[in-house]
Amino acid sequence: MSNSEEDFNFAYLDEQTKRMIRRALIKAICIPGYQVPFASREMPMPYGWGTGGVQVTAACLQETDVLKVIDQGSDDTTNAVSIRKFFERVAGVKTTENTGKASVIQTRHRIPEQVLSEDQILVYQVPIPEPLRFLEPRETETRVMHALEEYGLMHVKLYEDISINGEISTAYAYPVKVNDRYIMDPSPTPKFDNPKMNFCPAIQLFGAGREQRIYAVPPYTKVISLDFEDYPFEASRAEKTCEICGATNTYLDEVVIDDKGTRMFSCSDSDYCNSQKS
Amino acid sequence: MEQILKAKAINKKFGDVYACNNLSIELYTGEVVGIVGESGSGKSTLLNCLSGSLVPDGGNITYLDRDNNWLDLLSLPEPRKRNLLRTEWAFVHQNPRDGLRMAVSAGGNIGERLMAIGYRNYSQIRAEATEWIEKVEIDAIRLDDKPSIFSGGMQQRLQIAKNLITKPRLIFMDEPTGGLDVSVQARLLDLIRSLVRELGLSVIIVTHDLAVARFMANRLIVMKNGKIVETGLTDQVLDDPQHSYTQLLVSSILKV
Ligand SMILES: Nc1ncnc2c1ncn2[C@@H]1O[C@H](COP(=O)(O)OP(=O)(O)OP(=O)(O)O)[C@@H](O)[C@H]1O
Ligand SMILES: [Mg+2]
Ligand SMILES: [Zn+2]
Repeated sequence: MSNSEEDFNFAYLDEQTKRMIRRALIKAICIPGYQVPFASREMPMPYGWGTGGVQVTAACLQETDVLKVIDQGSDDTTNAVSIRKFFERVAGVKTTENTGKASVIQTRHRIPEQVLSEDQILVYQVPIPEPLRFLEPRETETRVMHALEEYGLMHVKLYEDISINGEISTAYAYPVKVNDRYIMDPSPTPKFDNPKMNFCPAIQLFGAGREQRIYAVPPYTKVISLDFEDYPFEASRAEKTCEICGATNTYLDEVVIDDKGTRMFSCSDSDYCNSQKS
Repeated sequence: MEQILKAKAINKKFGDVYACNNLSIELYTGEVVGIVGESGSGKSTLLNCLSGSLVPDGGNITYLDRDNNWLDLLSLPEPRKRNLLRTEWAFVHQNPRDGLRMAVSAGGNIGERLMAIGYRNYSQIRAEATEWIEKVEIDAIRLDDKPSIFSGGMQQRLQIAKNLITKPRLIFMDEPTGGLDVSVQARLLDLIRSLVRELGLSVIIVTHDLAVARFMANRLIVMKNGKIVETGLTDQVLDDPQHSYTQLLVSSILKV
């Protein structure tokens, strides 16, 4: 059954498609935070499984790369495992769970706790790339808003949050302004991770498959979370300690550990948690 | 008095229909001009051309901005045009759904223009929104309610607050009281008129209702089939109409 080397070009996509995606990536890096349209391909997995991220990863991968795939911070969820297996099979690249050893990291919902380095690429899977979509469903209109920097509407959303909940309750996909110009949706990462995007040494690439958009944040780029003067942005986390490694500064998941419904807090970044234990 | 808006020889055709046929109008600072005429006479088309939401086939429109520059509206770059629409101008639609975000609270609707021009202090935005919702006679307790649960008259008042909060200079209104009960209409007109006077606004208001026109406008423009058939001071036009079409309009309202 495994005659895969014969059936697929390296990393599944044909070279023509990779060139098209790389052109979009270069454009995206040149205009930080700007959504570049690209001709998204059918991938052998459903849309909700990160086809945008997979295509970006496929266009970036070289034979010497070491790939790490995480979903909600963990390397061993179904989604992460299946994407990692996919690239092992169609690209034959080495894979790792160790954040520091990876050259390309594809992620859904988290940015690793360990500070990334200049020789790493972080690829985000993005379901909805347009941060203004919630209040303005017309794509023609949101494009004009980006072009003319008409971003008042983004604050209307935060205003609504405060007036309904007494605070900015947006906890995921918290909007940011990139390089003092474009407003960007950081994909559904928790807002706890937003500060990690600011002046990050690694390249950050975002792929939305269904919506056919690619955007990027080049290394060492200013990424600021939107807020009000009197309701400043807070990178909040559960005020708890990881019950596995004792970390007090990480993003925690609350997990049920037995059939009695006992709950436990532990690092959502499983590789980081393991490295702290030992 | 000084002019604030000048339009010359505006033309707009839809297929074979001349919705605006060589129309010229001028608006003076602080003046309320009413555009009246039967359904289909081209009132809304003219208003939309003047306010930039429709591009006329020909003609020339200039506007005197806050800094005393005459702007050529038909060649004005899009960013400046949209900026004018958010700051110096306002547009009150007949259907409040066209002017409000129904999924956003009343306060969010009123505050949107402030946020659009750079307000970043929540308490300040909320304080100004509260002041304006009260100014249009809606109980401030409704600030966090969605406009979808407001009555038609309240929605219209909300639309007015949303538009006036940034203290525009020029307001376009297309049948602002159309579709409302007579008593609600009268109160709303009262409110609009007092705000217009208080803020010294220049207004172009489209209506097919001569009673509304008489109540609101200093000057009238009477349209028929895309043409201006008569223009003059409101009382003059309504009490002593010169053109046969105006005479017909006035007499038909008297019969009602
Ligand atoms: N988008 C359009 N496409 C085609 N024809 C149009 C369009 N808009 C207006 N018209 C036509 O132009 C003419 C003027 O219409 P307009 O809406 O300006 O009239 P109006 O005076 O505002 O009428 P009403 O009092 O009914 O609102 C009408 O014959 C109308 O059918
Ligand atoms: Mg009309
Ligand atoms: Zn831990």
